[in-house]
Amino acid sequence: MSAARTQVRIPVTKTPKVYIGGAFVRSESARTFKVSDRSGAFFGNIPQCTRKDLRNAVEAAAKAGPGWARRTPYNRAQILYRLAEMIEARSLELVDALARFGERASDAERGVSVSVDRLIHYAGWADKYEQLLASVNPVASPHFNFTVTEPMGVVGVIAPDRSPLLALVSMVAPVVASGNTVVALASETAPYPAILLGEMLATSDLPGGVVNLLTGFRREMLPTFATHAHLRAVYADVKGEDRRALRAGAADSVKRVRFVEGAAGDWLSDSAQGLEFIRAFVELKTTWHPIGS
Amino acid sequence: MPSRRTSPPRPRASLIFGDLWEFDPAPETADPKLKPRYDLFIGGRFVAPRTGRYFDSVNPANERKIAEIALAGEADVDAAYAAAARAFGPWSALPGRERGKYLYRIARLLQDRAREFAVAETIDGGKPIRESRDFDVPMAAAHFFYHAGWADKLAYVAPGAAVSPLGVVGQVIPWNFPLLMLAWKLAPALAMGNCVVLKPAETTSITALKLAEILQDAGLPPGVVNFVTGAADTGAAVMGHPGAAKVAFTGSTEVGKRIMRQLAGTDTRMTMELGGKAANIVFDDAPIEQAVEGIVNGIFFNQGHVCCAGSRLLVHEPVADAVIAKLKNRLRVLRVGDPLDKNTDLGAINSAEQLSRIRRLVAAGVREGAVLYQPPCSLPGKGFYFPPTLFTRVTQSHRIAREEIFGPVLSILTFRTVDEAIEKANNTPYGLSAGVWTDKGSRILRMSTELKAGVVWANTFNRFDPASPFGGYKESGFGREGGRQGLLDYARLS
Repeated sequence: MSAARTQVRIPVTKTPKVYIGGAFVRSESARTFKVSDRSGAFFGNIPQCTRKDLRNAVEAAAKAGPGWARRTPYNRAQILYRLAEMIEARSLELVDALARFGERASDAERGVSVSVDRLIHYAGWADKYEQLLASVNPVASPHFNFTVTEPMGVVGVIAPDRSPLLALVSMVAPVVASGNTVVALASETAPYPAILLGEMLATSDLPGGVVNLLTGFRREMLPTFATHAHLRAVYADVKGEDRRALRAGAADSVKRVRFVEGAAGDWLSDSAQGLEFIRAFVELKTTWHPIGS
Repeated sequence: MPSRRTSPPRPRASLIFGDLWEFDPAPETADPKLKPRYDLFIGGRFVAPRTGRYFDSVNPANERKIAEIALAGEADVDAAYAAAARAFGPWSALPGRERGKYLYRIARLLQDRAREFAVAETIDGGKPIRESRDFDVPMAAAHFFYHAGWADKLAYVAPGAAVSPLGVVGQVIPWNFPLLMLAWKLAPALAMGNCVVLKPAETTSITALKLAEILQDAGLPPGVVNFVTGAADTGAAVMGHPGAAKVAFTGSTEVGKRIMRQLAGTDTRMTMELGGKAANIVFDDAPIEQAVEGIVNGIFFNQGHVCCAGSRLLVHEPVADAVIAKLKNRLRVLRVGDPLDKNTDLGAINSAEQLSRIRRLVAAGVREGAVLYQPPCSLPGKGFYFPPTLFTRVTQSHRIAREEIFGPVLSILTFRTVDEAIEKANNTPYGLSAGVWTDKGSRILRMSTELKAGVVWANTFNRFDPASPFGGYKESGFGREGGRQGLLDYARLS
């Protein structure tokens, strides 16, 4: 009798939810879209986020912004490092998720390990980029004049379909390293790794709202990414008409728009990381003060 | 022994220096060496426009015609881009050491002819000779000199990355600092190895075309720099040209947005230096006399035709009455009139169009309930002039507190706490500059951190330097001009 009880166990499936403002939520619209694994078997219902979800996420990111920007660079570094630790510890699960949605096992393993290394790369930058981007300026008058960087604020990230984990991590990490907060739209075709990433973000000491991950359809949300005035910049891996639409919408609020170009999109390579990606999402502020009595 | 006064002192009538005597005219008389007609500067030569058309450049101080300026059409802009594209190969291949020597030459030749250029600038744009002589022209030369030295040190600009020039850069500049804005745009572009097609503002083309003479004298290779003159259509052709690897624009936020939309379907890089509505914040512990001078400099420098002008004064309530009283006195001694007079503080408004915009916004201020103050002053009968103006009892919803007036008009608001000052200062879509006046160091650093602006002047205002990055947050644009950071905006990184 007891043998019969242990023979069959139905696995518990997980309800995929998006990570917004430090909480796991469904789309406010209660819409979902079905995702199947590479074998065609039903996997789950993914939240089909809306423009309203995007606006909610921007609000959460804006709320988290000042606190995150005020953290010391050392603290931001440790939190990013902690996120890398969380991913490393759950790397098997991530490899499995990537492989389940089409990546070869070896590529999936490599994608996860490079994602961890990339986070560590940017963790290290958090308390160093300032010394390279800022300056004390030798002006021709009796003034102390210096230029420092500041985060832009809330930055929108639109990740590509391919490399659903590594590309997303590579785009988000340099943006938050400098104190920005992020609203990111995950891969449309393989959204589940981003949902897993959200669970790791939640256990990484990263304050809620610093990184917000949405799933859904790019064509539904891209116009709002372009025009939302509180998104101060957008970093997108899109092409053609999507680029035009983002740039045109961004003009309304003089938003900074940056696209993934050339070698920067070779996600596995070292050319996809570095100081330039941090520089792209900081403002430069110059302060003058007289030197005198 | 003089007896000590025991009764409380009677309020004394304030002594207004300017009421005591009239000044004799002190006009600057150097010859600006103007030509009656200026052609386009393309491929190292002055060429007639293919449109066959010219427009008049008028002295805003007396409405007299100064010269005729060529009107460039699309074919002319094409020719300028073609000349720049031809020049780009050899120019970018030239060792930085040699490129730099051309920029040094330009700086020196401009210094040689500084007074002549200052007079030309004042006649063409209306700014006081004191400013064109002591600020615009020497600062323009300084920009060429500073960037000349970068040309052979580009390997140090971006740590960890190699830099290379972008190609042909299209640039459109405004009329408020014609020669200086030209220097801000040209010098870093050339130091990095780019070639340039530049359009000066319609009302102030002359010093650019005079600088073309210097470029010829300096032996700058033909086509490296090309000037096409004209109005908005010419500007749109320069910004939208398919030959532009990058465009750089300084002007209004409205036009900047239009350019961004115009270029949305292209991969042309952009930098935008747009409008502003800067808060100049005075705390109760500030050195009041210095602050008053800073406020005056902040809003009346160049008749207020300054994108980073301190056009919103935020005064701490405990000192508001004292500051406003001192400001009113100070306004009474500002001399408005002939820009060529060395004693003039406020010259002519750049154009009839700009004058009517200022009048419109000032009328809106009165209509919306702010209290206007203008000192008694007589304006010349001919020309475009506007007296120094301040508004008290301004609220944040007034148009004069929100819109860029670009004229000698100061809107005064008050605040009680540091947080309120920050909140009010940042309550604008703009973010170009801000001023803070206080004796407290930690407060300066806090304000500097919290103010969403690209330049913060603490206990000073309207300071500029080629080594100091300048540019805005939010709708004041993106990109920087000046310093290592500005240079990078003209580079491709790899």
